[in-house]
Amino acid sequence: MKFGVIRFPGTCDDVDAQLAAQRVGDAELLWHRDRDLKGVDAVIVPGGFSYGDYLRAGAIARFAPVMEEVIEFANAGGLVLGICNGFQILCEAGLLPGALLINDHLKFVFRQVNLEVVDPNTPFTRECPPTLSIPVKHTTGRYYSPTPVQVVLRYAPGNNPNGSQDDIAGVVNNAGNVFGLMPHPEHAVDLLTGSEDGLRIFESIRTAVDERVKVTL
Amino acid sequence: MRVRVLIRPKAGILDPQGQAVERALPALGFSGVENVHVGRLVELDVDDIAQLPSMCERLLTNPLIEDYEIVEGIASHS
Repeated sequence: MKFGVIRFPGTCDDVDAQLAAQRVGDAELLWHRDRDLKGVDAVIVPGGFSYGDYLRAGAIARFAPVMEEVIEFANAGGLVLGICNGFQILCEAGLLPGALLINDHLKFVFRQVNLEVVDPNTPFTRECPPTLSIPVKHTTGRYYSPTPVQVVLRYAPGNNPNGSQDDIAGVVNNAGNVFGLMPHPEHAVDLLTGSEDGLRIFESIRTAVDERVKVTL
Repeated sequence: MRVRVLIRPKAGILDPQGQAVERALPALGFSGVENVHVGRLVELDVDDIAQLPSMCERLLTNPLIEDYEIVEGIASHS
């Protein structure tokens, strides 16, 4: 399978996301001005500071030419993973419910967190154990939604790093094919850096894509 | 026409920036200050002011978390 990793001006986790995805399949970078997803099987909107986070995190990136294709891809059932700034972009684009607000303590937070996999049946979590250890690094990560959402990941008790509502760390859309999370699974793919739990998310996507291919065949 | 858009966090949503400012003011000797909120200001020259609400809802604000107020009749910078 092939992952596509979007690169906006200001994105900084694109290469880590590509390297992580390459541990389970092929992965190539997709430029924000291109209207071509190059036939990828899953799209990753990575972390960073797209368009400098000007106005609001993700507010400008959602109008990038490539995002029109991502929205079309998502609406057709394609798997889309948004990490950190990618999560913010998917919320701004209306592909995911809710919004990300500045951390309740106003500070940048960078640390390993324990996560509970609330829903192990999504295309993004089916290979995940009940808990994951993955780092977070953000200033605008406090999840908020005025309406009920489908929670996939929660910060374990005592691990909420930003004041997120109901300890929410990751959500899916109603159709279950678009997933956003603040923690960075692409930074947890090798025991050398403390954890390889993030790989389980990439493996889950591969499994889901492989199953879809079988159904199509 | 010069227009000013005032953007505020929606009522009921935790505003830690406002709280931080509210806590800082007494430290400087200012008393009797409460309900401090920190938002954003966007100023722009537009030909057709009727476009403003749509601009606000599609880009300038996130209606889920922010309220906006359009102020007309602002003196132009240029």
